[in-house]
Parts: sequence; C-alpha cells; structure tokens
Amino acid sequence: MAGVQSRHRGWGYRGNVALRVVTGIVGTYVVAALVAAALARTLPMARVEAVAAATLLAFLVAPAVPVWAFLARGPWRALAGVVAVSLLLAGIAWLGGRPA
Amino acid sequence: MSAIRDGARQVMAWLHGWTGLLLGWVLFVMCLAGTLSVFKPEIGCWMRPETVATADPADAIAAAGRWLAQNTRESTGWYLTAPDGRMNTVEAAYSDGGTFLYRALDPVTGAPAARETFGGEFFYRLHFELELPFPWGRLLASLAAAFMLVALVTGIIAHRRIFKDFFTFRTGKGQRSWLDGHNALGVLAMPFHLMITFTGLVTLASLSMPWGIAAAYGDDVLAMYHDLTPGIAERAATGTKVPLAPLAPMLREAQRRFGGAPVGRVYVINPGDSAAVVTAFRADSGQIGFTPAEISFDGTTGKVLAGWAENRPGVQTYNVVYGLHMGRFAPSLTRWLYFLGGAMLTLAIATGLVLWVVKRRERAPLSLGNRILERVNVGVLAGVPLGCVAFLLANRLLPLGTLDRLAVEVSIALWTAAAALATGVALPPKLAWPLLLGLVASGCALAPWFAPLGQGDKVILVGNLLLLGIAAGLAALVWRQTHPKAAPVRRRAARATA
Repeated sequence: MAGVQSRHRGWGYRGNVALRVVTGIVGTYVVAALVAAALARTLPMARVEAVAAATLLAFLVAPAVPVWAFLARGPWRALAGVVAVSLLLAGIAWLGGRPA
Repeated sequence: MSAIRDGARQVMAWLHGWTGLLLGWVLFVMCLAGTLSVFKPEIGCWMRPETVATADPADAIAAAGRWLAQNTRESTGWYLTAPDGRMNTVEAAYSDGGTFLYRALDPVTGAPAARETFGGEFFYRLHFELELPFPWGRLLASLAAAFMLVALVTGIIAHRRIFKDFFTFRTGKGQRSWLDGHNALGVLAMPFHLMITFTGLVTLASLSMPWGIAAAYGDDVLAMYHDLTPGIAERAATGTKVPLAPLAPMLREAQRRFGGAPVGRVYVINPGDSAAVVTAFRADSGQIGFTPAEISFDGTTGKVLAGWAENRPGVQTYNVVYGLHMGRFAPSLTRWLYFLGGAMLTLAIATGLVLWVVKRRERAPLSLGNRILERVNVGVLAGVPLGCVAFLLANRLLPLGTLDRLAVEVSIALWTAAAALATGVALPPKLAWPLLLGLVASGCALAPWFAPLGQGDKVILVGNLLLLGIAAGLAALVWRQTHPKAAPVRRRAARATA
C-alpha cells in the first residue's frame, strides 16, 4: 500500500482501501467475538471464569486485526488472513461445544 | 523500531489519523466527561453545598430506606450508594410507580438534598451513555473506545522517536508545534492512555462483546450473572405486601462479614413485597477489584440468603481490570493522577483534531470538507466544555424549588453546547475560537462566586480554585489567539513537505 499519498486516487487505490477498511472493521469484531467464544468454551476453568478470561483476551487480541488489515501485502491477502483465522477460531469453538 | 518499513509506518500514521478523526468528537466528549467523573463524588458535594450533614454509611442507607419506603409506590427496586469519605449523600436510583428516578438523599433525614441536581452523575453518565437512549449510547461509546484503542496502537507503531519526543517542543511553529504538543501529550501518559482505553472497553463488554457469554451459556444469561455474583439472591416478586424489615441490622451484619469494611452499594429489590431481597456490596474503595464481596438478605426477615467473597482468579482479574477503569480505589494522589492522565488524553484528542486541519492547510487551501471539519472542531472542542460550565452555572443560579430541577440543569447544559456548536459552524474560526473559549473562561471564572455564604467546605474551595485556574489558562490562550506573534505561519507553507 505504497500509494497513501493523495496523488494515487484511482479506482484501484479506492478499492484497495475500501476492502481493507471493511476487513479491518468487520474482521476486528468477528475475530474478537470468535476469540471470546472459542476460549470461553475451551479454557480449562469453571464456566464463568473462562468467560471472563476469554472476553479480556478477545479485547487484547483485537487491535492486531486492523494493523494486519492495513499492513498485509495486498487487500485480498488481508481479507484471506482474517477469514482463515476466523475459520480456525470458529472450528475451535464448534469442536469445544457448549460446556455443561 | 527500525525493523518496520518506512512505508508501513506511513500506513500506520494514515490509519492513526483516520481512526482518530472519525469518532474524534465523540471521543473528546467521552474523555472530557470521564476526566471530570474521576471527581464524581466531589463534584456532587460542590453542587449540593446546602447538604452538609454526615452519617455512617449503614445509618445513611437506613435513613434513605425509611424515606424511600414512605415515598415510593410499587417500586421494583432501590439502587443505593452509601456515602463515604468523599461524598456525604446517599445516591439513590429507584423506580417509583413505573418511572425511574435519581436523587441524592440527605444522610440523616433520608429526604432528597435541597439543591436537586445530578451532580457528578451527569458527567459520569455522559461519559459512556452520551445522553443517548439505551443501548445506543453505550454501543457508540464502545465503538469509539475501539477506534481509540486502534488509534493508540497505530500511533505508537507510526511513531519514530518515542523517547526523543519527551523533550521536544517547538513553540510558535504552526503544524510543528501542534504535532509536538500532540506527541508530548500522547507519549508522556501513554501507559495511562492504553490502560484507560482497554479497561474502558472491558467495562461495556457484556453489551459489546457478549459472545463469550453466548458460547458458554447460550441464552441463559441469568445463569452467567448468578455464577458471576453468587452473593446476589434472585427471586421473583409474589405480589403479597409485607413491610420491609429495618435495614440497619442487615447492614451491620454485612459489615461484620466484610471484616469490618463498610458497605458501598445496597440494592433493595421488590421493597414491600414478601419476596423482597436486600443485597449489600462491600465498598469499592478498599481495593482495586470491583465488586469484591456481596451478601443478600431476606428483606422481610433479615435472614441471610446468600453471601460471596470474590477470590476466583479469572473473575478477580476481570474485576481488577474493571476497577482500574472506575478508579474508585484511588487514594487522593492517585486520583489526581487519573485526572491529569484523563486531561492529557482529552487534550491529545483535541490537538489531534486541530492538527488534522492545520497539517492540510499548510500544504494547500482547505477542501470544503476540511473547512467544515475545521468549524465543527471549534464548535465541539470549545462548545462541549462550555456546556459543562453552563451545567455548573445552572446549578448555582436556578432557584432551589424549580420544577424538575435536575432535568432543567441538564437541558441548559445540552442547549448551551448545541448553541456553541452552531456558533462554531456559523462564524469563521478566527472569531469563533476566542469567542467560545472566552465564554468558557468567563463561565469558569464566574461559577465560584455564587456558592451560598458560610458553606466554606474544603471540597468547594478546591473546586473553585480549579475553576479559577482553568479560567486563567483559557484566558491566556484567548489572549494568544487574539494577539498573534509577528511572523505569520502561512509563509512557511511552501516549505512544508509530507
């Protein structure tokens, strides 16, 4: 994303930024929500303990997502990274199952 | 930091600018109100100078309970906060015949304080509810806090010389000075900024990030709350009327079980019903962790229903993070540091917003969008403080018996801020800045002089001195704005580079 300067305002640049913005905003929330869900189900603690710890960790991890969304080499790569991590976390949450 | 490519740093600076700008005005309101909320109890004292009686926390709650029992109908709950060394009144939020009310109650008589006002509660609610209906205010506040966290992280990555900027301040140099000021404010208190933003996000987590709860509990949120605070007994109202037992013995028992620590909050759920429950919480001021212990009593017999002292590591960590944001634990010096850190963050946001415009003006004539932004900046950055000052002045000048006095004070604050915003947009910034800041300074200078005579309390004195200090500081700023130094900044525009 070399073209932050105002000169490069073609549609390619706009699409690039738009995709990263959507990835950054939606992706941050989705990843944080899935971290909270996956850890709440899998941390080896009492249910409410796991929820508290998972929620804290979700907020700690979240800021990495927008940084990634804007630093990844291309906008599609940024999106792919976020989707991959989300799928992984969703898988963990699904496998973990709802604790009794 | 040299491992980060220069291009990457530029991208982070770009992201820092946009995340800071987009909700910058909301963040300014939140930070200003939050900073004032550090002194929420003291502001309450300043705004109720007639109420000087003091009482032991348990006695004050008992008095409040007697007044509420006689003066509320079909109440579903009283949510009381006991007085402590910082505030003498009982804060009561309660339902009365279907409406929800807030009053500060006299600690001895239990009746509402003569000067009806939200006091510091106004700033506290403004801080995270933004005068918007539930849940929108809290959701907007959560979103703004998330943007703030990203702005902080990207700001740090974008920043080349954290240490050097500690000592850099170039005055009177347009963009450079604003940047230096913004950097110094941001860098000096960086750990505080990160802490307060992160912990702030966490305080609204059950609303903004409920997916951990949903994953582990499904729809059964009540089960989660029961696990979180096992000392709160829940039971449904029966509809059978049974008078509430005296609160004082229950509170004394609670304090005994808290190891002598005073009660803080007290909830009375379904008072007057046969299933009434009284829950007492240990005061928040004794430790960092919020909600350290609670105990519930049968409201009609005074028998203990449930009790809990928190020592589970996960929940305790959460409570400590929560408590760090609330700052209720903070002794005097720490409290002033919270206030200072908050003020620096508020100013960092304000300088950042100004910098956005200054930077672009020095490169080329401002676009229409940025010209509008410049004017809204004036309206918000000067108008919100003006609204706060109007709130304080309204408190002093409105007659004591004014109908719905609490709401009138708030309306005056909001309409003043709205009028200031309109003024900022309507007038050229060169005029609007000194005019509005001059009004804020005048308001701060005036507010101390209307206190009823003979109420020379120390809190009121400190508050007045602080107001006069702010007035002096702003007056100096207005003086500088209206008496510019000889060399105009614009001449440097040609030299300014990216």
